Amino acid sequence: MNRLLPHPGLSVLLVVMWVVMVNDLTFGTLFLGLLVGVLVPMFTAPWWPGRPRVRFLPAIAYLAVVLGDIVVANFQVAAIILFKPNRDLKPAWLTIPLELTSPEVITVFAGTISLTPGTVSTDVSACGKFLLVHALHAPDPATEIAKVKSRYEARLKGIFA
Amino acid sequence: MSADVSLAEWLVSAVIVLGGGFALVGSWGLVRLPSLMERLHGPTKASTLGLGAMLVGSFLWFQLVEGVWTTHELLISVFLFVTAPISANMIAKVHLHRLRHGEASESGSSAGRVPSLPGGNDWATHQAPHEGTPGDFAGD
Repeated sequence: MNRLLPHPGLSVLLVVMWVVMVNDLTFGTLFLGLLVGVLVPMFTAPWWPGRPRVRFLPAIAYLAVVLGDIVVANFQVAAIILFKPNRDLKPAWLTIPLELTSPEVITVFAGTISLTPGTVSTDVSACGKFLLVHALHAPDPATEIAKVKSRYEARLKGIFA
Repeated sequence: MSADVSLAEWLVSAVIVLGGGFALVGSWGLVRLPSLMERLHGPTKASTLGLGAMLVGSFLWFQLVEGVWTTHELLISVFLFVTAPISANMIAKVHLHRLRHGEASESGSSAGRVPSLPGGNDWATHQAPHEGTPGDFAGD
């Protein structure tokens, strides 16, 4: 199992991506996809040390939450750009203390923050315990930090347990 | 313009115009927001919903008008969502360096200075990752 399929999640992802890319579900496509899905993780296994385990059901729920937030927050940012004069705009730097420890999970967290409009993750601290985030409009930075932590970080901790 | 424009074509047109509208708002944000970090928000957002809506339009066109399944739009949106935060992050990091070296200023913005960290810590663009932290790859 471990020699042949060192990374089952990556294998499934590669097969699905292959079929989606060829846009055709026939035996030939699936066979080539399976070949890619088996060979690529086998040869790249040395570069995936100590990866975190992923729970799939919470991961799908997380994806749904993030997609919903992207749509809602896009309208909010569009409204800010169109109707809020610069003097009323309250941009702020947020320092978010991290409870996540694995680099992969912190990357997912930072990516989520950048994708949900109104916040862009800028940097991580050298000690790996803080995330620097720029918010377009945050009159109260403390509530913004609490919102991001409870909405995304808590869910991510449940996914990569 | 013929009179027999189908409902599907109306739907596809509406979605594409919505996407174009979001791209336009994002570009307008680039023009009118006060400083670089705020301006970064405009285009990164336009790429998510604006392009997302156009991809939905493309998917609907092939599905309803041409009658074929396409999954390429899904793949495009996945690649977009994976790469968009990285380019934004790179621009922001360069800006941090320029701020520290006095080549750029945040004078137009009310966000204030970049916050500093307790205990001699610094942000990772300015300081190498400490040993035993997530960014330290010495043990791998």
